[in-house]
Amino acid sequence: MLGAGSVAVGRCATRIHFADLVKIMRPIRPPLAKDGRKAPTGIDGFDEITGGGLPHDRTTLLLGGPGSGKTILSLQFLVHGATRCREPGIFVAFEESSERIAANAESFGWKLAELRKKKLFFLDAQPMSDLVQSGDFDLSGMLAMLEAQIRKMKARRIVFDALDVVLALLPDSAAKRREVYRLHEWLLAHRLTGLITAKAGGDEVSSVSQQTFGFMQFMVDCAVILNHSVVNGISQRNLRVQKYRGSSFDENESPFLIGASGLEVDATRTQARINAKVSSERVPSGIARLDTMLGGGYYRGASVLITGLPGTAKTTLSGAFAEAACERGEHTLFVSFDSDANEVVRDLESVGIQLGRFVKNGRLQLASARTITGSAETYLVRIKTLATEHKARCLVIDPMSTWSKSGNDSNTHSVAERLTDWSKAKGITLLCTSLLEEMSDTPDGAASLQISRLADTWIQLNYLMQAGERNRGLSIIKSRGTAHSNQVRELILSDGGVTLADAYSAGGEVLMGTMRWEKERAERVETEVADVAANLKRVKLDAEEAELEVRAKAVQVELVAKQVEKALLVRTTQSLEGALSRGRSRMRELRGADAALPARKAGSQ
Amino acid sequence: MTRQAKFKFRLYVAGEAPNSTRATANLGALCRSHLPGRYEIEVVDVFREPRRALADGIFMTPTLVKLVPSPIRRIVGTLSQTEAVLLSLGLEAVPA
Repeated sequence: MLGAGSVAVGRCATRIHFADLVKIMRPIRPPLAKDGRKAPTGIDGFDEITGGGLPHDRTTLLLGGPGSGKTILSLQFLVHGATRCREPGIFVAFEESSERIAANAESFGWKLAELRKKKLFFLDAQPMSDLVQSGDFDLSGMLAMLEAQIRKMKARRIVFDALDVVLALLPDSAAKRREVYRLHEWLLAHRLTGLITAKAGGDEVSSVSQQTFGFMQFMVDCAVILNHSVVNGISQRNLRVQKYRGSSFDENESPFLIGASGLEVDATRTQARINAKVSSERVPSGIARLDTMLGGGYYRGASVLITGLPGTAKTTLSGAFAEAACERGEHTLFVSFDSDANEVVRDLESVGIQLGRFVKNGRLQLASARTITGSAETYLVRIKTLATEHKARCLVIDPMSTWSKSGNDSNTHSVAERLTDWSKAKGITLLCTSLLEEMSDTPDGAASLQISRLADTWIQLNYLMQAGERNRGLSIIKSRGTAHSNQVRELILSDGGVTLADAYSAGGEVLMGTMRWEKERAERVETEVADVAANLKRVKLDAEEAELEVRAKAVQVELVAKQVEKALLVRTTQSLEGALSRGRSRMRELRGADAALPARKAGSQ
Repeated sequence: MTRQAKFKFRLYVAGEAPNSTRATANLGALCRSHLPGRYEIEVVDVFREPRRALADGIFMTPTLVKLVPSPIRRIVGTLSQTEAVLLSLGLEAVPA
């Protein structure tokens, strides 16, 4: 019986062996993928960092500490390949059982059960706990099995999860190297896009036990390091591409988080900035007079910063902006860090800003940051994801200064910068508020975030304490590319809405509140008095004029009477004379006088 | 350990890989000296029968599985450390 069936001629398995170490020490040149094709992972940010995904037909090493997200990333890579790229995949699980991995991944909604029927194969390769090891062994048996499986399902992608587990069983480092080489060569020979994960602290930890992975990092074409650290008690996850042969990539650490549908990686800013769209379109601020002050409103895609002490109506201004955006039919995301989303709606209703209706019709999405916990990086990734999902054109963050309290400063600064860049690239109008510390000496309360430098428009809200009153003042500190008013206006909140009023300056002091009201009233009274006086004068003049007109009329009438009288007199005189002459003729007739002579006589008498 | 107990082994090998060849030789030697006449060895070549190895959950080669007597035991490697192998198989080292 002994030896039966063992005469089969081995294939590649014999190629690399202890004795052949010299041979394998030669660097193995992979059959270079000439087209430089990439295998997308389906993680947007990651694909952006690597310029399209993992190197196609080559091997990638994924290193990371416990709980850093190695398994999720690799599984997502397989799922994306199987569902979107027509590349079935195999998952070799050395550590966790495939059942547990599938159950854990169920929450991401990847429909693993469906995929496992045909396009996704899980191989449980956990070393059994009762396994006894005696002498040297190799992985050629497993590779032979995988080969059969690959042929059967035409797999193009393969993941070896937690390779370190099986390597740990090998007696010496030479054997470990040999098996890693075997695996690597096998992957290349089969033109598979391979992803090998291993537990390691990346390049930070380089103890003797890590040497195998250090060696692997040199061997593979692409190495990605996942890092999970805690800064000031706040968890931060970072991802870094350490190397990527034959391709450019973003070399910086990129934050990521494990979201509802897998990994969410925050892509670089450099690439985003290039395609930033510049628009000269104006976006109303929601307050008519503020638009006038700004020469028409904010610019589309601008970053607006509103700073102020607590209670200076920062949220109200944000709310007015959000309401105006929704009224125009633009999708808006309102992220509130201080209060609950519903509280914001209720509070803003008191100043006539009705956001509830837009929440109902889905145009406005309110996100309360109480539900998002973590580092500034986490916030950034979450906000970006939410905004993208919501297709937001306007984004409100109230207040952003909360970030400076979470995580370290340098990080927070870069987060604010990246958010500004990102929103610019997407053409999203960003409005953030920043709380000024009451006790702070620096007037620039946003210093820690340095967003004041990045903001295009900076509106400052403050209190003016005067005559026992606190009044809100609004001024525009800067507004790039816009002619803007230099005046301080008084911000008035009422249940009818938000309005801005001119502030009076008297004796070098700006008057607000009651004093402004008094001043206004005094002016009003003055105007009224002047009005009345003018009216009186006019009435008087009217009367005089009327009187004169009447008199003129009387004289006219008198004149006419006189003329009539005169005419009458003339006529009376004429008729008298007529009568007289007629009377004389008659008399002559009666006397029978000479007609000719006496007539002359009579005429001379 | 009763003298009569018969042993059934299954050895998974990867073709003629050096480790596998060595394991085959080591197992033969061990059986001949410790279990003369009461052993049975089945050799499975994973290159020839990958599906079977897959079904049996064999990932490292060579792997020796002791099927009978129970309990089932698995030993991975060239079986070069005879003492350890005997111990895990439930056999005592034969006094020299």
